[in-house]
Amino acid sequence: MKVLVAVKRVIDYNVKIRVKADHSDVDLTNVKMAMNPFCEIAVEEAVRLKEKGVATEVVAVTVGPKAAQEQLRTALALGADRAIHVETDDKVESLAVAKLLKGVVDEEQPGLVILGKQAIDTDNNQTGQMLAALSGMPQGTFASEVKVEGDSLQVTREIDGGLQTVSLSLPAIVTTDLRLNEPRYAKLPDIMKAKKKPLETKTPADYGVDTGSRVTLLKVESPAERKGGIKVGSVDELVDKLKNEAKVL
Amino acid sequence: MNFSLTDDHRALQQAAADFAYAELQAHAARWDAESHFPIDVIQRAGEAGFLGIYIPEEFGGLGLSRLSASLIFEQLAQGCISTTAYLTIHNMASWMIAQWGEPAVHEAWLPKLIEGRALASYCLTEPGAGSDAANLRTRAVKDGDAYVINGSKMFISGAGATDVLVVMARTGDVDSGAKGISAFLVPADSAGITYGKNEEKMGWKSQPTRLVNFDDVRVPVEHRLGDEGDGFKLAMRGLDGGRVNIASCSLGAAQLALTLSRDYLQTRKQFGHELATFQALQFKLADMATELASARLMVRHAAWRLDQGDPEATAHCAMAKRLATDMGFQVCNEALQLHGGYGYIKEYPLERLVRDTRVHQILEGTNEIMRVIVARRLFAEGMIEAMQA
Ligand SMILES: Cc1cc2nc3c(=O)[nH]c(=O)nc-3n(C[C@H](O)[C@H](O)[C@H](O)COP(=O)(O)OP(=O)(O)OC[C@H]3O[C@@H](n4cnc5c(N)ncnc54)[C@H](O)[C@@H]3O)c2cc1C
Ligand SMILES: Cc1cc2nc3c(=O)[nH]c(=O)nc-3n(C[C@H](O)[C@H](O)[C@H](O)COP(=O)(O)OP(=O)(O)OC[C@H]3O[C@@H](n4cnc5c(N)ncnc54)[C@H](O)[C@@H]3O)c2cc1C
Repeated sequence: MKVLVAVKRVIDYNVKIRVKADHSDVDLTNVKMAMNPFCEIAVEEAVRLKEKGVATEVVAVTVGPKAAQEQLRTALALGADRAIHVETDDKVESLAVAKLLKGVVDEEQPGLVILGKQAIDTDNNQTGQMLAALSGMPQGTFASEVKVEGDSLQVTREIDGGLQTVSLSLPAIVTTDLRLNEPRYAKLPDIMKAKKKPLETKTPADYGVDTGSRVTLLKVESPAERKGGIKVGSVDELVDKLKNEAKVL
Repeated sequence: MNFSLTDDHRALQQAAADFAYAELQAHAARWDAESHFPIDVIQRAGEAGFLGIYIPEEFGGLGLSRLSASLIFEQLAQGCISTTAYLTIHNMASWMIAQWGEPAVHEAWLPKLIEGRALASYCLTEPGAGSDAANLRTRAVKDGDAYVINGSKMFISGAGATDVLVVMARTGDVDSGAKGISAFLVPADSAGITYGKNEEKMGWKSQPTRLVNFDDVRVPVEHRLGDEGDGFKLAMRGLDGGRVNIASCSLGAAQLALTLSRDYLQTRKQFGHELATFQALQFKLADMATELASARLMVRHAAWRLDQGDPEATAHCAMAKRLATDMGFQVCNEALQLHGGYGYIKEYPLERLVRDTRVHQILEGTNEIMRVIVARRLFAEGMIEAMQA
């Protein structure tokens, strides 16, 4: 079975986010970038499936600028066999990414597509779902466990009330949650070998997808600074404050 | 002139940062407190490729440049300075074995050293010969197809926990100086080797430092590295890279100290304002960053000279080691100061950074000896003029 893994280049999760002075967007100049942590989990799961002999090939795909090759190389170092880079400098929204991935799916015919449940930059949580709708494949989102059993896939999902297990027929789409696995780190020899693995470059036009924005970003602001807490004297005072000040009761 | 790192460099840096985060950072304080040598983690470092960084590929190493090694050690040191410093010594000693060992020695040891199944120590210093290492007294006397080694080595990093010793010993006359020294690979469990106690040190506590005694220790002739009489030269060749590596550990320490200081100044309030608003402290942070940036340029430049096989690389490595290790200690100490009383207590890592970086000014040649090395070259014809190139 071929597994397709989507990875995204985002701001490194360790970096403190700065908003541009004109509030037009987050400032990305000279900021350290990395693979989205949920995508790392997706790559790890795919590589584990290959190590178990379930997957025969792992293909990593990204949509993004030239520099996003770095993240594909990381995926290759972690164990992906080859990579596809749909190169564009546009700020690509989830729907366009899903359409591009649909194009890749049509070409590659993977048995399983694994994506992060969301990317930590825009936190949209929709690309996987959109891809499912466009491709007609069943989806298991927020996965904390994935098991391939013959032609079907058991996906344990993290939902509000606890865990839900769904059975999907393959080919299918999985989006990863934090507890699915703990990603490995890349080994230096594998980084060197990754340079020699095939990386194919495509453009959105190759898939006939228009990456123009459907959404206008009006303004980006840093969250309001947290004010120091206070100590309340009694339960009554707490209830009073929750009712009358915070207005949550 | 292009100062930008390549994609490869950045990938290696990232891999080292990931390893530091996953395997070192969370444990460094405990290893320090418990004087614990994390052999299991060092083995994983081997599996991840960090133990044969610049050993040529034909011998199973990664064959990376010294510049890449510097970038890697700078990142690893941000996880744990002391453990990373040991990794640098292992890399240096293993590289010497790869460079000058006989094929049989390669076969027996290199795969293990590169994969972390065996660890190495570098044995030059003696109780009576530190800075004046060329005056060392340990003897290696040929007896048939073996050498018999007698003497002792002081301050040996990793000793007692390592498997191989690279030993510099005198094969010439008592007063034969640098030219009478040869280098040997000595299995650490050879009959006649005994170890002193683990020295109680100020820093570098996650690795043992011991005296090693050699009492009629026999090693086969094939264990000699290079020719008889070349040992001191080989030891110094090893140290050129070693100094860049130790300097890189100081860069990592200073980088971490600077990061912690920035964050602290932005959160800590006194006199009704964040410390970051006081110009005196802004200036301090600016100076720390400036000194780190200059040392980093110097270290990477020296590494590059080494990669080029530049005949003056030794002097450049010495300058870089002097500058970067002085800078590393000062910046960590300033960072401690910026943290006020919190810098002095072990709940924060600053005091450990200060303790760990202090020895970088002393070992692999003291910073005074770095000046001796540089000054010696400065009086060579045309050297000062050539520095502009
Ligand atoms: C934690 C630790 C780990 C070590 N690990 C190793 C190891 O793995 N392998 C190894 O071989 N060695 C190791 N060393 C030894 C280290 O390299 C020596 O301590 C160092 O070279 C200095 O030698 P010394 O201690 O004998 O000091 P000395 O040589 O006695 O120097 C004392 C002082 O005099 C100064 N001085 C000496 N000569 C001159 C001169 N001509 N001009 C100006 N100043 C001078 C020195 O700079 C120093 O300040 C280690 C040391 C430490 C502390
Ligand atoms: C081992 C130890 C024992 C101690 N014993 C006692 C004791 O017995 N009794 C007691 O009362 N206290 C004691 N202290 C506390 C000590 O006096 C304080 O740590 C010290 O006054 C600094 O305060 P701070 O730690 O809050 O640092 P901060 O005040 O937060 O200072 C942090 C840094 O900012 C600098 N800074 C702050 N404001 C300014 C400014 N306006 N301009 C320029 N720089 C500024 C400081 O110089 C420092 O470098 C002790 C501390 C230690 C570590």
